[in-house]
Amino acid sequence: MTWRPVLHRSVVLRHDRVRGIDLLLLPERVVVLHGSAGRVLGLCDGSRAVDDIVAELGARYPGAPVAGEVPEFLTALRKEGWLR
Amino acid sequence: MTVDPPWALLAELTHGCPLRCGYCSNPVELTGRSRELGADQWSDVFRQAAALGVVQTHLSGGEPLLRRDLPRIVAAADTAGLYTQLVTSGVGLGDRRMAELVEAGLRSVQLSVQHADPTASERIAGARSFAAKERAARLISASGLPFGLNIVLHRANLDALDELIDLGLAWGADRIELAHTQFHGWALRNRAALLPTREQVERARGVVVRRRELLDGVVELVWVAPDWVEATAKPCMGGWGAVSLTVAPDGTVLPCPAAAALPGLDPPNVRVRELAWIWRESKAFNAYRGESWMPEPCRGCALRSVDHGGCRCQAHALTGDAARTDPACRHAPDHHLVRDPVHGPRTGLAYAHREGAP
Repeated sequence: MTWRPVLHRSVVLRHDRVRGIDLLLLPERVVVLHGSAGRVLGLCDGSRAVDDIVAELGARYPGAPVAGEVPEFLTALRKEGWLR
Repeated sequence: MTVDPPWALLAELTHGCPLRCGYCSNPVELTGRSRELGADQWSDVFRQAAALGVVQTHLSGGEPLLRRDLPRIVAAADTAGLYTQLVTSGVGLGDRRMAELVEAGLRSVQLSVQHADPTASERIAGARSFAAKERAARLISASGLPFGLNIVLHRANLDALDELIDLGLAWGADRIELAHTQFHGWALRNRAALLPTREQVERARGVVVRRRELLDGVVELVWVAPDWVEATAKPCMGGWGAVSLTVAPDGTVLPCPAAAALPGLDPPNVRVRELAWIWRESKAFNAYRGESWMPEPCRGCALRSVDHGGCRCQAHALTGDAARTDPACRHAPDHHLVRDPVHGPRTGLAYAHREGAP
């Protein structure tokens, strides 16, 4: 199975300029994204498979532990129902 | 003191409403339609709110669908970068309106219903409305927007919780919010008819636990606890001037929708002041901000950072002093004001409904 993650229709990824952080906006809820989580989710547009996302991030941030952490993070958000 | 920016804006577009719910928490004296802010003024409010740090807005009322310029207002909120939710009775939501709102950038809808039985629902609402709500539910569901169904709970519908949850599932809701009546504004007049018994609340809580397990996260069941029956102060608004602000139909800015009833608050208005000043500097927003205003027993209580001393408006409504500990709290010196009615006998279920239009 090749999962091409995309945010659920009710979830909006937004950069909060006032606080200098990335957010997920949902009905009745705001999720504060830490570190580079927002940049990872910015690649989840339904066109990239998880492997593509990992490769792209790996090229952009050499030495970062993306191969282990990114798929785990995406799976956790899928479980929340925020990614599909 | 540095003040953290607000996250959410409750925009009360109008006090006009086709329903006359017995539990209405809007003020007894409603704002007239001629005093409402125009779409351009709302547009400016949204821009200021976004610049201040607000990321979400709830377009509420009254019934926001009474505003013919609602699509323009939605578009203005969306353009300002706010995640926009419509809070509606569903009355007045037709095909064209729904399409216009989606086109304008609406992100989610919260629909209210009063009971699963049409006759009972209309008796509580004080108006014919059930068929319109059914139609609204179909349209919201078909639009693909996230759909929250909100049910205000009280003595006349608490025993029908299973049926209400079934209704939410049948209507295609993604989230069912079961929120106990807040005794503010008009609702306080009907307290005797609205206040549930402790046994009812216990049974209802059991239903929620059972249904949550069965639903397994497919539909979210939210239970907003009854502060009176549980003798526990609610963390009102997440703290005074901490998370959210309300702009009333005439532009008055309040730390919570019920705060218009507080004497001496002298709430500022967006027609006169900048929202940033109102949030950070105004007397109204600093009156009960933080913990320094707190009396005993709140001041020495471990829960003060959880419940923020409870609800200022409730303290005022029941004791005449907004700075007292919320009488809903079992530790409050005035707790008997809540305990006595909760433990006392119940009267009939007849409501006083509002008369006339605002």
